[in-house]
Amino acid sequence: MSAVEIWTWALVILTFGIYIYIGYASRVSDTKGFYVAGQGVPAVANGAATAADWMSAASFISMAGLISVLGFEGAVYLLGWTGGYVLLALLLAPYLRKFAKFTVPDFVGDRYYSSTARTIAAVAAVFISITYVAGQMRGVGVVFSRFLGMSIEVGVIVGMVIVAFFAVIGGMKGITWTQVAQYSVLIIAFLIPVIAISLQLTGNPIPQLALITSDLVPRLNQIQVELGFNEYTQPFANRSMVDVIAITIALMAGTAGLPHVIVRFYTVPNVRAARYSAGWALLFISLLYLSAPVLAIFARTNLLESLNNKPIAEVEELGWVKSWKATGLLGFEDKNGDGILQIRGPKATDGIANELTKLDNDIIVLSTPEVAQLAPFIIALMAAGGLAAALSTASGLLLVVSSSLAHDLYYRLINPKATEERRLLVGRIVIFGAVVVAGYFGINPPGFVAEVVAFAFGLAAASFFPIILLGIFDKRANSQGAIAGMLVGLIFTAVMIVMMQSVRIFGTAEPLMGPFMGISAQGIGTLGMILNFAVTLIVSRMTPPPPAEIQELVESVRIPRGAGAASAHD
Amino acid sequence: MASSRKVAVVEGGEEMAVAYWKANLRLITILLGIWAFVSYVAGYLMAGMLSGINLGQVPLSFWIVQQGAIITFVVLIFVYAVVMDRYDQRFNVHE
Repeated sequence: MSAVEIWTWALVILTFGIYIYIGYASRVSDTKGFYVAGQGVPAVANGAATAADWMSAASFISMAGLISVLGFEGAVYLLGWTGGYVLLALLLAPYLRKFAKFTVPDFVGDRYYSSTARTIAAVAAVFISITYVAGQMRGVGVVFSRFLGMSIEVGVIVGMVIVAFFAVIGGMKGITWTQVAQYSVLIIAFLIPVIAISLQLTGNPIPQLALITSDLVPRLNQIQVELGFNEYTQPFANRSMVDVIAITIALMAGTAGLPHVIVRFYTVPNVRAARYSAGWALLFISLLYLSAPVLAIFARTNLLESLNNKPIAEVEELGWVKSWKATGLLGFEDKNGDGILQIRGPKATDGIANELTKLDNDIIVLSTPEVAQLAPFIIALMAAGGLAAALSTASGLLLVVSSSLAHDLYYRLINPKATEERRLLVGRIVIFGAVVVAGYFGINPPGFVAEVVAFAFGLAAASFFPIILLGIFDKRANSQGAIAGMLVGLIFTAVMIVMMQSVRIFGTAEPLMGPFMGISAQGIGTLGMILNFAVTLIVSRMTPPPPAEIQELVESVRIPRGAGAASAHD
Repeated sequence: MASSRKVAVVEGGEEMAVAYWKANLRLITILLGIWAFVSYVAGYLMAGMLSGINLGQVPLSFWIVQQGAIITFVVLIFVYAVVMDRYDQRFNVHE
């Protein structure tokens, strides 16, 4: 066993032991504990839990890689996945906390006094969350297989057992405190290598300062141009401005509208804590999001410098090249037979073909410590961090699946007379079932999973965000408007995405539809959102206003007083 | 709707609640104005213009969208939380 494997085993066993202990210590005995952690989570802890809930395997493993390919336009992820918290903090979280129920469909169903609206919201929440969670379980499997040489299947099953343990016995309370621990693991795992590389490349331990003061950026821009790529920092070299704006809006509104993020704000003691915990959440998230773009620059520079114009025999001897080449995520070919690896961009004029044939985005983060020749301990830490990111997001999503099915559909619609014990039991059974389904999809990913994960934000932006927002800020919004708005937004967005992505979903030779008004599939949720707003506003005004008690409900969620006293089950 | 009745019991509760909501909306408008300006106007619409200006060794437009805007977002949320604390007290709607 290599030093890296020994360290990885040690860290995985240690961190998993901590998660299991925390899950056991925070076991719950009532539905309020199971769904909203007894509303007793302090603002800072909820901030850390939200950050872990939010930052998925994709944020940890793939984002810096994506940014390093996109350059300036990497902004869509950086701005989109952070800017949504401003919307959440100012427009949604405090009022939903005052409303003080268990789930997002709870708010939609009560505010729009409609079982139909509740059902649509619950089904949308389950659909978005279960596909998203499948991606997380897959991420767990990939980390296990890359770092410990296990098969992806075994890795997924290990992840399932761990998540099932603390989610079933601890519910939201167990998930919350485990997420706090997982945040600590993932942020340490992300920052230590970035700081180490920053020191190595620039002599400055603070990457954000190194970015401004060192010659990193001009150097990378120069290498890029020499090899026939665009300057790294050049705006809109890869995507048009219209598309970039639409994608950013869709990711921001989607962030604010994703049920697993919103429910985190149900767990704090009062409205004030909801506002502050949104701030803490974004502060904790920004530690990673302000470092990822710098890591992207380090990684791209390192990669180009350590591969380009190097003898292929020498490159093949590098440890990280060997192991990544074996996974099929990295590939090169000596096209001109000169024994030297040449990397060229699309604008290269020297007639030399690009010989780096395959470079998967996921390699960028995971290989960085090895490329920079950091200690085995740090490489192992990356594995533990990737697992923490995947498991924490998976558990938050599983709780949404469980609460939508067991609380919104079973208790609120099918069997309102169910006893507390029975509801808790159903909640536990459903979350266990959800873990099994998610694990199954993690092992046998259907083709659409990756697509839906990528487009979950567009769907959330086009469905939940507008009707929750109007539910608080527009007293006139009624059930007819909300149902029409939600359906139009969801259907429009889903149909457009499916048509634009038909090559990958149905295997058609050409996409059934190209970009719409210059907007690609990732940004189309923005149009769905605008449609939802328009339809809800117009239909509401053409139909009778909501009943007086609903208007009173809206007035009451606008005022903080009384949040502590509000009952979660009246 | 026990909680809304509770508000009305406080002296001048109804008027205070209306004034509180107006103050809240004004604050939200200002902060979201800054949010939109930093991300969409300074970050995207003015990107071409600002890429000629450097902050240290980095083009300003690049720094705004990959660093500056995120820092601004964090500050905006805490400003909102602190100012709303004051409003909660001033309009007597605190918990």
